[in-house]
Amino acid sequence: MALVTDQPPAPPAPPLPTAARGRKLTPYWLLLPGILWLLVFFAAPLVYQASTSVQTGSLEEGFDVTWHFATYWDALTEYYPQFLRSVAYAATATALCLALGYPLAYLIAFKAGRWRNVLMILVIAPFFTSFLIRTLAWKTILSDGGPVVSALASLHVLDVTNALGVTEGHRVLATPLAVVCGLTYNFLPFMILPLYTSLERIDSRLHEAAGDLYARPLTTFRKVTFPLSMPGVVAGTLLTFIPATGDYINAELLGSTDQKMIGNVIQSQFLRVLDYPTAAALSFILMASILAMVTVYIRKSGTEDLV
Amino acid sequence: MTATPARPAVLSSRPVRWLRRNLVVLAGLATLAYLVLPNVVVTVFSFNKPNGRFNYEWQRFSTDAWTDPCGVADLCGSLSLSLQIAVWATVGATVLGTALAFALARYRFRARSSVSTLIFLPMAMPEVVMAASLATLFLNMGVTFGFWTILIAHITFCLSFVVTAVKARVMSMDPRLEQAAQDLYATPLQTFLRVTLPIAAPGIVAGALLSFALSFDDFIITNFNAGSTVTFPMFVWGSAQRGTPVQINVIGTAMFAVAVLCVLVGQLIGGRRKRS
Repeated sequence: MALVTDQPPAPPAPPLPTAARGRKLTPYWLLLPGILWLLVFFAAPLVYQASTSVQTGSLEEGFDVTWHFATYWDALTEYYPQFLRSVAYAATATALCLALGYPLAYLIAFKAGRWRNVLMILVIAPFFTSFLIRTLAWKTILSDGGPVVSALASLHVLDVTNALGVTEGHRVLATPLAVVCGLTYNFLPFMILPLYTSLERIDSRLHEAAGDLYARPLTTFRKVTFPLSMPGVVAGTLLTFIPATGDYINAELLGSTDQKMIGNVIQSQFLRVLDYPTAAALSFILMASILAMVTVYIRKSGTEDLV
Repeated sequence: MTATPARPAVLSSRPVRWLRRNLVVLAGLATLAYLVLPNVVVTVFSFNKPNGRFNYEWQRFSTDAWTDPCGVADLCGSLSLSLQIAVWATVGATVLGTALAFALARYRFRARSSVSTLIFLPMAMPEVVMAASLATLFLNMGVTFGFWTILIAHITFCLSFVVTAVKARVMSMDPRLEQAAQDLYATPLQTFLRVTLPIAAPGIVAGALLSFALSFDDFIITNFNAGSTVTFPMFVWGSAQRGTPVQINVIGTAMFAVAVLCVLVGQLIGGRRKRS
């Protein structure tokens, strides 16, 4: 508490003993290596990328900064379908994660009893099998004519999804449904863990109090449990939505060329087409749009402190 | 059995009531099944003997892949490279991150909030943006892509997670413990080594484990910064196009088993310590 540095040095203080003066510098010594690292390998790259996005040229002749802002406009007009698709897929996956993750988090927090640790392990452990391997496993699960697809077809679920335009005929693989299924699956733990943390903190006496006041279970949930779990809902939705928007693995492995997301475009512009200015401009548009959406969302949900 | 007469009989029939009462449990277990299903498939298909290049359809039972996990060219090489990178990334991120976390949790200083923002930003950004920007820097600097660029990229994205984990632990620590140590004439170094560090240790271990897992499994950032170097996730990615060997499922299953074992052992130790 005594180490506030931004105080006016008004009172003529006696010379500090060396130990105390050393301690005053301690936070800066602790910060120095990490901050330097982040400035060099995180902040500087973003500046470089900003400059790359306004360059023109080719790989053979080299790139020059020509303040060619048209790259942004061109990128946006050419790839806006992929942008919109990314946001739509990520939003759907986030909503599904919330719908699927909430009951499980609730179960672990309030109903699991001595099974709590086992369930927690089952949520975290799948995480440790390489996520690429797990995503490839969905190719097996959703394979054409496999048990899952046959079951969905005989239950007429596929008729409904075909009507919605998220599947085609007797296929699930290479359709929007498969991509959203993969996204939901991959980011579900990021939803469950913050939800669980905020649910676990709720004092169970509040539930008893609500019951004593003749609230039905659903009313208790609506008026007590859910509002108190809001920090978890906000953190969870952000932790799923942001990475899901930029993801290109699910669209690549489970989708077809019709389901390309913006991550796929950035990846191919950067690593295959080698059009660095377009890739950089697309990255910045993605970053800016996510930042804008997140800011609005946080304002709306009224929780300013996230972590 | 005393159903209120106002309600229709169907709603209070026994199976329906049971279903209503256990709806949350059933929905939760369904989600759990969804989470675990791919792991089951990975395990089952590690005992498959596929006909062609792709291991997506069940043919017949075989333990060939388990007895010969390195039987595929480059697979074990990529695995050991990933392990090395994960170890060094963990060391780097944990050292840098722990120092940052202590500075943020224990001291007030100028620019504290901008430092927090700088640390928070890498986590709040889609990986593809960070990956492309770092690769742009390396390209501009004329750095050759390979082991070092991957390592630098991994330390950068693991750093924030370590800070978050350690900071949470240090913040919840009672400052009076350190005052007590100093009242008992412990030097600052002694206080740090014998009081502060042991209390912060679980946070540091959590941060380190998280870094290891994140680094070992990272694909997006590695894909942009690896050049022609092949880590294990890069190998899996490539195999998705060329044909997936069964050995990949073996390694996936083994990773899952090791993780569950580690968690169980950790729980046992933690449980025993709590009791004593």
